[in-house]
Amino acid sequence: MEETELQNELASIRSIMERSSKFISLSGLSGILAGVYALIGAGLGYELIHDANSKFEDLVSRIRMAEPVVTTTPSFNRYDLDYSSLIWKLFAIAAVVLLASVVTAILLSSRQAKRKNQPMWGAASKSLLFNMMVPLITGGCLIAVLVFFKLNDFFHPYYGLVAPASLIFYGLALVSASNFTFGEVKYLGICEIFLGLYAACLPGHGLLFWALGFGVLHIVYGARIYFKYDK
Amino acid sequence: MNISFDKLDKAFENRVRLQIMSVLAANERYDFNSLKDLLNITDGNLASHLKALEKEEYIIVHKSFLGRKPNTNYEATDKGKKAFKDHLDTLEQLIKQQKLA
Repeated sequence: MEETELQNELASIRSIMERSSKFISLSGLSGILAGVYALIGAGLGYELIHDANSKFEDLVSRIRMAEPVVTTTPSFNRYDLDYSSLIWKLFAIAAVVLLASVVTAILLSSRQAKRKNQPMWGAASKSLLFNMMVPLITGGCLIAVLVFFKLNDFFHPYYGLVAPASLIFYGLALVSASNFTFGEVKYLGICEIFLGLYAACLPGHGLLFWALGFGVLHIVYGARIYFKYDK
Repeated sequence: MNISFDKLDKAFENRVRLQIMSVLAANERYDFNSLKDLLNITDGNLASHLKALEKEEYIIVHKSFLGRKPNTNYEATDKGKKAFKDHLDTLEQLIKQQKLA
């Protein structure tokens, strides 16, 4: 055996150990695109919330004009403003963003898998998925509880926790999945967790944190993976 | 110190066997079909090499059923892991030696 042959042998062992245990076909480009979708979604969400708020202010000012001194509780209730439809619209945007991101990730990663000669649905991707799903499904169930829990028709005390909880559980999912793919995923996960905890300290800015966590962080991370591994 | 090629494990002379050991060194367990997809070889070919490694007691077989489908998993034994590590060390030393020469 020649020296280069020996080195090839070692290199091929290393490569097969990596390909067998880590899903190295995650596409960086799909990370960037997921970030872009999230920013577009956040932009649309902001518009919707802004609209609803200005309608609310409009209503308040009209009532004030009618009765300049407000002595009792205002003569309107929140049913005048359809907040529940706002919530559902925001939910629909989030669902579309999620779906688009997942579809993009699957399509681009299967292209990468073909190029890197790694099965798309093999032991590595199965472990990756399983380790991701445990925290993700837990978080999803908790968020469903947070959304549907209400003290009365007006007061949903846990709405403010939806954004932090989604970031935290997504971050946990990434950390737990990171053993089965690029090491960078772990750091992305830790950043998401920190962001989620910070969001919990600043209620009312959920959309901003979502845009940062699912938009900006994904773009930064996706770009790093793209330049380091995609080619 | 002179290391000769004789020190390389005969069981790993075959490329496929070495690849199988690499996979089982990096993973707790691996199932037959995933191995087949990863190494891109035929059922018969893979089975015969697995048999050979089993005979050396480098791997053990776990048979179970997933629903009705048989599911065969392989795991490296301590003996197998040690043999694999020794083989890698020898390869490394051979490279070093040839660089010096």
